[in-house]
Amino acid sequence: MFNMIDKVWIIPALMASSFLVILFFGKRWGTRATAGIGIAAVSICLMLSVIVAGNWISRVNHPPAGVALAAEVLQANGLTPQTSENIAGEVNAETHDSGETVAAGSHSSTSEATTTEALASEHGGEHESIPPVVRTVTWFQIGGMEFEMGTLVDGLAAMMLITVCIISLLVHIYSTEYLRGDVRFTHYYAFLSLFTASMLFYVLSSNTLQMLVGWELVGVCSFGLIGHWWEEKKNTDAALKAFLTNRVGDIGLILGVIITFFAAGGTSFNVLHINEYALSQGANTTLLLVGALCLFGGVTSKSGQFPLHTWLPDAMAGPTPVSALIHAATMVVAGVYLIARLYAVFFSGLAIGSSTFHYVAFIGGFTTIVGGLLAFVQTDLKKVLAYSTISQLGYMVMALGVGAWTAGVFHLFTHAFFKACLFLGAGSVSHACHHTFDMREMGGLRKKMPVTHATFLIATLALAGIFPLAGFWSKDEILAGSASGQDNAYTIMLIFGLITAFLTAAYMGRAYWMTFWGDYRGHAKPHESPKVITVPLMILAGCAVVLGFTNFPKSFFGFKLPGSFTTRFEHFVEPTFAFPPIQHAAFTPWLAIASTILAAGGLFVAYQYYEKNRGPHGLTSRNKVAMAGYTFLENRYYLDELYTGVVAGSTKGPLARGANWFNQNILDGIINGIGLGARKIAAVVYVVADQLIIDGAVNGSGQGSEGAGQLLRKIQTGKVQQYASILFAGAVVLAGVLVFVV
Amino acid sequence: MKDFLNSWGISLMVFLPLVGALAMLVVPKAKEQFHKVVALAASLVVGFIGILLMTNFDYDASGNLQFVIDKAWIPIINSRYIVGIDGISLPMIALTLLIVPLCIIYSWNRFPEPKNPKAFLILILILETGMLGTFVSQDLILFFVFFEVVLLPMYFMIGVWGGEKRQYASLKFFLYTLFGSALMIVAFLALYFLSDPIEVGGQLMHSFDMRILPELATGISTGAALWIFGGMFMGFGIKVPMFPFHTWLPDAHTQAPTVGSVILAAVLLKLGTYGFIRIAIPILPSAAEKWAPFIGLLAVIGIIYGALCCLAQSDMKRLIAFSSVSHMGFVMLGIATLTTFGFQAAIFGMVAHGLITGLLFFVAGSTKDRYHTLDISRLGGMLKSMPHMGWILGFSVMASLGLPGLAGFWGEFPAILSAYNPGLGLNVAFFRVLMVIAAVGTVLAASYLLWMYQRVGFGVPTKEYEDDPHLHDVTFTEWLAWTPILVLIVVLGFMPNIIFKVTDGAVERTIAIVNGLGG
Repeated sequence: MFNMIDKVWIIPALMASSFLVILFFGKRWGTRATAGIGIAAVSICLMLSVIVAGNWISRVNHPPAGVALAAEVLQANGLTPQTSENIAGEVNAETHDSGETVAAGSHSSTSEATTTEALASEHGGEHESIPPVVRTVTWFQIGGMEFEMGTLVDGLAAMMLITVCIISLLVHIYSTEYLRGDVRFTHYYAFLSLFTASMLFYVLSSNTLQMLVGWELVGVCSFGLIGHWWEEKKNTDAALKAFLTNRVGDIGLILGVIITFFAAGGTSFNVLHINEYALSQGANTTLLLVGALCLFGGVTSKSGQFPLHTWLPDAMAGPTPVSALIHAATMVVAGVYLIARLYAVFFSGLAIGSSTFHYVAFIGGFTTIVGGLLAFVQTDLKKVLAYSTISQLGYMVMALGVGAWTAGVFHLFTHAFFKACLFLGAGSVSHACHHTFDMREMGGLRKKMPVTHATFLIATLALAGIFPLAGFWSKDEILAGSASGQDNAYTIMLIFGLITAFLTAAYMGRAYWMTFWGDYRGHAKPHESPKVITVPLMILAGCAVVLGFTNFPKSFFGFKLPGSFTTRFEHFVEPTFAFPPIQHAAFTPWLAIASTILAAGGLFVAYQYYEKNRGPHGLTSRNKVAMAGYTFLENRYYLDELYTGVVAGSTKGPLARGANWFNQNILDGIINGIGLGARKIAAVVYVVADQLIIDGAVNGSGQGSEGAGQLLRKIQTGKVQQYASILFAGAVVLAGVLVFVV
Repeated sequence: MKDFLNSWGISLMVFLPLVGALAMLVVPKAKEQFHKVVALAASLVVGFIGILLMTNFDYDASGNLQFVIDKAWIPIINSRYIVGIDGISLPMIALTLLIVPLCIIYSWNRFPEPKNPKAFLILILILETGMLGTFVSQDLILFFVFFEVVLLPMYFMIGVWGGEKRQYASLKFFLYTLFGSALMIVAFLALYFLSDPIEVGGQLMHSFDMRILPELATGISTGAALWIFGGMFMGFGIKVPMFPFHTWLPDAHTQAPTVGSVILAAVLLKLGTYGFIRIAIPILPSAAEKWAPFIGLLAVIGIIYGALCCLAQSDMKRLIAFSSVSHMGFVMLGIATLTTFGFQAAIFGMVAHGLITGLLFFVAGSTKDRYHTLDISRLGGMLKSMPHMGWILGFSVMASLGLPGLAGFWGEFPAILSAYNPGLGLNVAFFRVLMVIAAVGTVLAASYLLWMYQRVGFGVPTKEYEDDPHLHDVTFTEWLAWTPILVLIVVLGFMPNIIFKVTDGAVERTIAIVNGLGG
């Protein structure tokens, strides 16, 4: 297999070219060609990504050693590999007696030789430590320092490559039918390509600054696609809200990038360099804490964490395939990916290893509940899924927060597939039901749309965490991770997680029964969608079934598979280089049973309530507390009122108007006042000095026949010169004062 | 070739526009085609000379002045004709050389009332001489002369070809900037008299030579230096314009003809920031250190205040004008940090703002041509009535809000970054507070720009313009004028080193002088 891992930049570049081609020729070549270009490009990217993953797997199986390793380590840290040639020889000799340990400051040291030796001796001994493949070129130069742009491939990046490419490909295919006849078909595909390119660029970034670029570019694509039908103000409002809310979070991201950059010596944005610094002995943990919290600001908005999650449900205004790709499977996990990528910063900054509670884990856990509860009161199927996404993203953040890195990333992986399946399933339903997502106008669709129904059911069960579907495995790892934590258990997070396990099953059960069971309540004639829609659904449902086994526990209720079949995901994806030492929670039988019971209970309750119509129906109209709770939820905790009404309203209203009033009346008033005053003085000077005294002498000599009109013109045109002369006279006086007095 | 460029290159580049203008003066104004061709040709030839200079520029020594011409000019005060190009002036010159021909192309068959291409184009050429001259001058008096040469053509451009309130706007522009200039020349003179004299032809004389003034000015007392810096601050700060001296800008922009706005935003504002980097700070670093917190504070107030004012505007052009106040705040913040990162950010920001805001004003001008109004509430659905123009506006909006991957980002981000670790003995905590406030400014920038775009670009056209035949999409000359800017915004966004590499040496040298290491 040829080595793709060195030339991985080709993958985003390919998608970028696809964007350009569609942008410039799409309209001319027609819709078939447009879709064809996009699909072809993503297919090639997917193939290349698979090769990259293969390369990575063989690298893990046959890790580099000696000279090659030393060069790799150098490169990973963003140093120039050219000079390593001759150093490598020395390093090779010294690799085995690894007496030296890395001094904290050696990373910022300019002496490359010492750095190489130190790094090689640090990593040379242990064979498990496999540096990511980093390839860089000079991006820009400031203050004599060169900053690099490049690609970083490790298991995490390879996993993201494949995930993004698969889902993007399926969405590309699905959209040919879903957006058939759309006014902006070309525009849509151009943005899909640009989005895929940006997302791939983001996951392959070798430094934080580059991540910032990718991060914002996916945000713009999201903006453009949410506002796809921009004739309606509702959609553009949603697009603006998404972009601006994300910008608020980006303040944190920008500051976080800056703080981590300076914390790690102010010489490089390289993520491995920053991670290494965070893990070094002398690292400034206070600074890292501030940096991590700032970065988390970005995560909060991008990955829909409380309290900046409010944009995500509104983002459903975009076409459904976009919701599946961007607002469920890929872009919204960019924040989670950021934590995973800069894990050492978060680990050291928040003291994940020794804590039982900290901000990130709490927000993650809290978000799971916030999203889960809101999903109950939605009548719009897509909104249910949107709040579910918020809740699940909270799960991932919580997992990373409690130190269960693999669990969080694994959940990111499995969730991408079953949530995409749910969204595309919802799209298929809406495609059949006159483009509505209102569940009150659905019902009984299981007979009319058997394939959509079956895939939706599988994905629902996967999301609910029912054995043996994908969600079961990843959710369970998160719960086990919270239960055991690192040094101490994260008990509160465990409770959050268990409550959410119940909530998830219940609200998904509600959505499922409302949509597919009972009698059809709408006015359309629902029918099964064509193959181009159902085949992607089947593929995704298939993934939802099997992907959980990629991280099969070492021991499952005492059942043990051979080592080469267990925890493969962990083995290949979890970094071993510049990565904090974390303990992995073992499979915990009682938790698995408890969460399964909760999930089954959630489904059962939903079944009883929505299908069998049992339970306290009408409670909200009888009981004041229930009523208040319902209203509170229905108004989404009044966060939107706070943001749109209070924050945005006061900025756009009183604040902006006040500033403008100040500008027009105070600042300009002063200037106009000065102007007026000067004119008055000038008039006096003109009349008294010029006309009476000087001109008087001239007039007196008999030439006083100038017309009044001419005089007027003289005043008009003379203004500038008058002012100028006054100003310069003043200037000369001032100059004198300065020179002779000061 | 190199010899010729060394002894003549810069002078030729600076004064060739004037030669074109002279040629046009003697031809009657009825021959419009002649005037257009001559003006365009002159600006293109100037551009070509500029390219020759740039290709012969030694980029490895960008910290050194190159193509230096040093000739006696006014011997009695020892003011000399010294011109040269280094890494700091090169990007500004390139920007000027690009914008002027594009403005001429854009105006080709759409001269604003009262037409008269001859006068209009002559003014543009004079402007070009003034702008280029300012960027190459290495003598304070020469600098001042060029700095002022720019004033008059712009005054006439606004006053004659401007909108309804052109008289008020042009006068305000002229007087306000002249007021600053007056204080600036005072400062220059004080600097001249108070700095150490040098020996010229056997006798001791003071000097206006910007190359040696940093060294000569070391003897100036702290108090005097602070006052002198204050004078320059007024001169340059009004031009930038910095809050609270910015009120001339919205009026000038709103009333100026399209091309006037473009040149004003793209190049003229940069004369002020350039002055800080080139003159005020390296010559009086200790005074700069005292002033820096104040400048940083005003810069950050400008960022927020300009953005808030933007949110209150109902006129598209006025909104863009206020956005300049906000954006130039980032440039000034970078400068106030007195660091390499900050200066680099400032220079990049100047170029990026020139391109992006220039483009925005172009689009606003074209919008006005078609809708005959810039009242945001009456516009709408531009994407529908004029898809290409709508897209270009959307692109410029994204660029203007500092989207990474486009040029604007590289002015904003490093400026914010530089405030984390300000130079010299500046108060770190204070500048970090400024950093956070500036970062908040990026959100406001996104809000006013996108809100404007939502009301102008998105939606459906208002009743008034539903089937207006005047709403035709981007024309050929518009494409011609805008394409280079569009391309550059993307290219610079992805390859920032095109500028950073050029400026780095010169900025490092300047910072070394500020830190008292160079000389």
